Amino acid sequence: MADLNPIHAWQRMLAQPNESRGKTVFVAFLTALACTLLVSGATVLLRPVQTANRAAETQARLEALLAAIPGMSDILSASEEARLSTVVIDLASGRAAPGVTPETLEAALLDTANWTPLSPEADVAGIGNRPDFAQVYLLREGDAVRLMILPVAGAGYNGPIEAMLAINGDMETIAGIAITAQSETPGLGARIEETRWQESFAGTRWQDAGGEMRFAVAKGPATTDYEVDGITGATRTSTAMTRIVRFWLGPQGYGPLIAAVKRGEF
Amino acid sequence: MAMPGIFTAPLLGRNPVTVQILGICSSLAVTTSLETALTMAASLTVVLVLSSLAVSLIRHHLPNSIRLIVQIVIVASLVIVIDQVLQAYLFEISQRLSVFVGLITTNCLVLGRTEGFARSNPPGPAMVDALGNGLGYSLILIAVGAVRELFGQGTLMGLTVLPTVEQGGWFTPLSLMLLAPSAFFILGFVVWALRSAFPDQQEAPETLPPEVPELRP
Repeated sequence: MADLNPIHAWQRMLAQPNESRGKTVFVAFLTALACTLLVSGATVLLRPVQTANRAAETQARLEALLAAIPGMSDILSASEEARLSTVVIDLASGRAAPGVTPETLEAALLDTANWTPLSPEADVAGIGNRPDFAQVYLLREGDAVRLMILPVAGAGYNGPIEAMLAINGDMETIAGIAITAQSETPGLGARIEETRWQESFAGTRWQDAGGEMRFAVAKGPATTDYEVDGITGATRTSTAMTRIVRFWLGPQGYGPLIAAVKRGEF
Repeated sequence: MAMPGIFTAPLLGRNPVTVQILGICSSLAVTTSLETALTMAASLTVVLVLSSLAVSLIRHHLPNSIRLIVQIVIVASLVIVIDQVLQAYLFEISQRLSVFVGLITTNCLVLGRTEGFARSNPPGPAMVDALGNGLGYSLILIAVGAVRELFGQGTLMGLTVLPTVEQGGWFTPLSLMLLAPSAFFILGFVVWALRSAFPDQQEAPETLPPEVPELRP
């Protein structure tokens, strides 16, 4: 009768010559099993901490952005009515998206039907596909929108750049910017993370009276109302920032939303 | 070789980076600042020690035909775990290291030690050898990282050492230091210095050009 004791079976398997086919498969299987358990265990156990990290980082950047804009902390602390509200908007219509909340946004964006492919000419920011929905933050005082914070993204020199762009309540000047993700060259392009450079965004206009997009990162110090200071040695990153701002404030980006706020629809 | 020898040999005399020129891809990519270099060095040392332990434990039951695949799978799993841990507990640094932690998998140094040493030695010596090699790699990474951060940004660990012109100081940062070629230069100088100090590290020229007598009409 066959020996069914699992310990004996294990010992018999180990005693087989290493080059036998059975043992090769056996070792491969056991290694794969052990590694699978290790990797999935670590991923599942650590995921809550990682998600919290990412959320905390976005929140911290948002608060830093608000703190860096002159007068904003006064508005927030002085007035009970001033509050930061989160709205998911439909980019094409510029209105609040029906049926999509900040909680369900992530799930909605998993569906490729909610993305619009961009033609190469329209795709100045180099993102390929644009989500149809975006989560924006509105800071109101009373009923008036004082500040609007828009998430923007695009292709940088070494990888994607993500940022939060704040727009003043007049819907004509930029209030500030915060970079939330980038992988530019340290010391050169990565200087877009420096506060001193980001401060030059405050008060910049992006289009002239005729509605033509004029925003640019200058080569050198800014000379007009439409420019912010350039970064020495980081031409590609500067160009990328110009393109990102132009795309997202233009008709394919938040243009319809900005027009709607101007009309007083929010 | 005795245990102390196994440990100290890879630090300078048989340093994996400067003598065997292993694992230089990552030593170029992550040494723009001291902090990333330190994190990378620590991650690689941990992966190296743990994978050496694992490979050494199963060394008597490792079929020859699949031994490389098994070793890579073990290394890759450990790397993913380390990457996840970094993302959970050292989030900011993990953002800056980005893909390079993942690339530890293909770091020739790790496979080199598991295949060349751990596969044929008991767990104790295998781990000591891995630790020595990890620290040897770390030593070079930290030295290159310190030089690049100091002269590229005027800081060490993010603290200002040489006040730059932009902050009102006197030091003009050398932007070249922040680009990959500078790591080649620094590494080249380190290799040169070490081989001058320890002439036995110099490789014998493999082939000498044949002596061709000059032809005269």
